[in-house]
Amino acid sequence: MDFDAGRRYRLHERVALRPEPFGALAYHYGNRRLNFLRAPELVTVVESLDDHDTPRAAFDAAGIEPRRWPSFEKALASLAASDFLVAA
Amino acid sequence: MTDLQIPTTPVPGNLVLAPVKQSGLGEQMKAGLDAPICLTWELTYACNLQCVHCLSSSGRRDPRELTTAEAEAVIDELERMQVFYINIGGGEPTIRPDFWHLVEYAVDHGVGVKFSTNGSKIDADVARKLAGMDYVDVQISIDGADAATNDAVRGEGSFATAVAAMEHLHDAGFGEFKISVVMTRHNIPQVDEFKAMADRFGAQLRLTRFRPSGRGADSWHELHPTDQQQRDLYHWLLDRPDVLTGDSFFHLSALGEALPGLNLCGAGRVVCLIDPLGDVYACPFVLHDEFLAGSVRDEGGFQRVWQESDLFRELREPQSAGACASCGHFDACQGGCMAAKFFTGIPLDGPDPECVLGHGEPLVEAADQALRPVGQDHSRPTPVKFLGRK
Repeated sequence: MDFDAGRRYRLHERVALRPEPFGALAYHYGNRRLNFLRAPELVTVVESLDDHDTPRAAFDAAGIEPRRWPSFEKALASLAASDFLVAA
Repeated sequence: MTDLQIPTTPVPGNLVLAPVKQSGLGEQMKAGLDAPICLTWELTYACNLQCVHCLSSSGRRDPRELTTAEAEAVIDELERMQVFYINIGGGEPTIRPDFWHLVEYAVDHGVGVKFSTNGSKIDADVARKLAGMDYVDVQISIDGADAATNDAVRGEGSFATAVAAMEHLHDAGFGEFKISVVMTRHNIPQVDEFKAMADRFGAQLRLTRFRPSGRGADSWHELHPTDQQQRDLYHWLLDRPDVLTGDSFFHLSALGEALPGLNLCGAGRVVCLIDPLGDVYACPFVLHDEFLAGSVRDEGGFQRVWQESDLFRELREPQSAGACASCGHFDACQGGCMAAKFFTGIPLDGPDPECVLGHGEPLVEAADQALRPVGQDHSRPTPVKFLGRK
């Protein structure tokens, strides 16, 4: 399913995040894939997705400027494509 | 050697690029991480096989190997460091009487396990048990697509044993296990057969580079791929990004387009090895004092070794391109594999012995074989030699 910035998402329950200086490493115990979350703000957003109705609400709450939203949406879409995020 | 495949761009969706401009991911990896991404842990030097290319010269158990309690303490530490999963090997790890206990202990502590085996202990019962376990991945090693090619390297009967294990895993519904092959002069022509075999078992194929480490140093001149074979393999891999390589062929990226992966030496940066004694080395292919960073038995344990050892700090510093500085391909191949250079007597800032531009070969020939570094050895007293295929 394509990523839809208008709906609620959450981190897959089998994904673990490990803080790193550049952001975080994400590991999916189910499909054994690794992802790099290469910005601290992206980590904040990913961890707070489930608290918001839409990813955009999470961007807003994290204080991310709207001009940067498209790149964050792209990053989340990529995470959703490899099953790291699931529609809640 | 690793098998988290860490794609950079060719596999869509597996790398989340930063929404902000930053230095390359490779640069960040070179500076090291708080904990390794790919940790290999060899549980024992004991082995029921005597492969001619064994990277750890395994055979006999070492009396100083970690006890069960010490191994559990290491797992506790890896859990605290959030090491997502470990690659267990040996020796033949399933020979250790506490092997299954340690696997379960790791999984119960959130540390996933992939273990490498020759398959000798994977009968129907064990396969069913494995199929029921989450977070456990199995990798069966073979080195030929037929008994003649395989057994010449791994010993009489080892092909049949490995294939029987694969059948058991397949029949038990384990799912996607891995078939791991070290690429040699004799089996590179069989890559399509290996792929067909993996497809038949619903397995993933993993091909890795043969290094002159351990007993591999003695058989390297006879078994390492020819220049043409390296080129053939490069193109074959480019066409098949789903074949795992543990990022081990990055020296081939000098041939043109980069292969999937980080394309850098991860030793001490994202990769390391814990040997059966608890000694921590920069990577699985350098079991030599020169690359010994410390021991999990030291005060501060594994974490202090990983984060503070002088050796690992040094490996995370920018490395000199040395003799390769004037070569236009250095950015692609990064000078190749540290272990391959070290054990063929080439300086660490020199070219890879299998440099695709041919810069390594003269240096290998010029290196004084008598002065070539020799790693530690747990071989059984009988001589191990490649006997050729029957």
